[in-house]
Amino acid sequence: MFRRNFEDELNDLHVRFSEMGMMVNEAIYKSVNAFINHDKTLAKEVIEADERINQREVDLEKRSFEMIALQQPVTGDLRMIVTVMKASSDLERMGDHAVSIAKSTIRVKGNVRVPEIEQVLAEMSTKVKQMVEEILDAYVKADMKRAKEIAAEDKNVDAYSDRIYKMCLSQMQENPDTIVGSMDYMLVDSYLERIGDYVTNICEWIIYLETGKLVELNSNVEEDNIF
Amino acid sequence: MEKYDRSDRYLKQLDDGQHEIALATKDLHVSYGEKEAIHGVSLDFERFKITALIGASGSGKSTYLRSLNRMNDNISGTKVTGQIMYRGLDVNSNQIDVYEMRKHIGMVFQQPNPFAKSIYDNITFAPKRHGEHHKKVLDEMVETTLKQAGLWDQVKDDLKQSALALSGGQQQRLCIARAIAMKPDILLLDEPASVLDPISTATLEDTLLQLKENYTIIIVTHNMQQAARVSDYTAFFHLGDALEYDETRKIFTRPKIKATEDYVSGHFG
Repeated sequence: MFRRNFEDELNDLHVRFSEMGMMVNEAIYKSVNAFINHDKTLAKEVIEADERINQREVDLEKRSFEMIALQQPVTGDLRMIVTVMKASSDLERMGDHAVSIAKSTIRVKGNVRVPEIEQVLAEMSTKVKQMVEEILDAYVKADMKRAKEIAAEDKNVDAYSDRIYKMCLSQMQENPDTIVGSMDYMLVDSYLERIGDYVTNICEWIIYLETGKLVELNSNVEEDNIF
Repeated sequence: MEKYDRSDRYLKQLDDGQHEIALATKDLHVSYGEKEAIHGVSLDFERFKITALIGASGSGKSTYLRSLNRMNDNISGTKVTGQIMYRGLDVNSNQIDVYEMRKHIGMVFQQPNPFAKSIYDNITFAPKRHGEHHKKVLDEMVETTLKQAGLWDQVKDDLKQSALALSGGQQQRLCIARAIAMKPDILLLDEPASVLDPISTATLEDTLLQLKENYTIIIVTHNMQQAARVSDYTAFFHLGDALEYDETRKIFTRPKIKATEDYVSGHFG
């Protein structure tokens, strides 16, 4: 049936979306590594690779648009395409945050480093990277239950964020030489925290894909109360 | 209907060396008596692609399609001028043996029209008339064409049953099998799914997508979703002119002409 043609295109869309997810995940991982190791070369690599992520988002959007126009999908098929369009835009924003981390690495001025904070940042980025990997897997399997669990894990990221914020504050109070560096730590912390929020968005899209319902997981009201 | 400027046109040229052209018309005019129904249409059809002809009733798309294998010759008072180029020959010339030409350019009609014979005989009828009598060859032909038309699995156990006992969708696929038994290069289809239910239509569309691996297909359809789903190229006809001709994905996402945009989006007239 003509469905096969459509199924082929849909599969292609999934594969391309998953690839984009892997590119973003790599960007996040590399950007944090670059920041912690003060590796400006790696940071530049992340910035350059972002162009490919942006192009992939445009490509996915174009393909989705054409599939809607040419195949007139309905119900689950339509939701699947809408999900790719929306979730790819979340992925693209995650990539932008990785670029922001990379840029912080390049312009880093503070020479006084705080290993304890860097250690927690590294742990936080490992957690975020793991969540991105898991959400891509849950997307491919359309696993709504897993999506909800992953969204719940965002609390851990927020806890890291809270911890880093407090550590930075006390460092700045104790030793003014660390102020410039701590400001950067706080920035990177906020970028990672935002990436966690985008993972939650993708969790919401997986639920939409399965149920057709738009839900709000991890309301921001609670997050704002963290500090 | 007259609100559109008919000089506003975009016709994609495919004779650029990048595309293999299976069939082309050059300034094709068709008149019924005093009335000109087609006002000089020049289109190139790429090989192994599906081209859809769309347009409102009376736009001339079916008249144009029928003239491609000279079905209009049989209508008295009809005059067709211009060229229909196929393998370097002008099919519209008086020198052409129309019956020989139709072996290369086959047609399937809107209403399924199987002969009141068995499935087997429907397919072998024309090849037998053209001198093919080897049972083995004919058997193979029946199997191959029915497979290509997506009907083999449903009828292979009873090829002797009457074609009229098949469902509408099956009859239409049998007509396609019958048309491809003559090994044409080009298949012309005149609204082949308009009397079929959605499931039969989907099966037929799947058949078309399979067939384009071996055939060049030109299809007239009133069903824009169908044109969007199956075709590679789309020509939009309006009042006897082809106003826009382009890749289907462009026609249905960002057409260049206002009339096309209005037609495909349902704001026409």
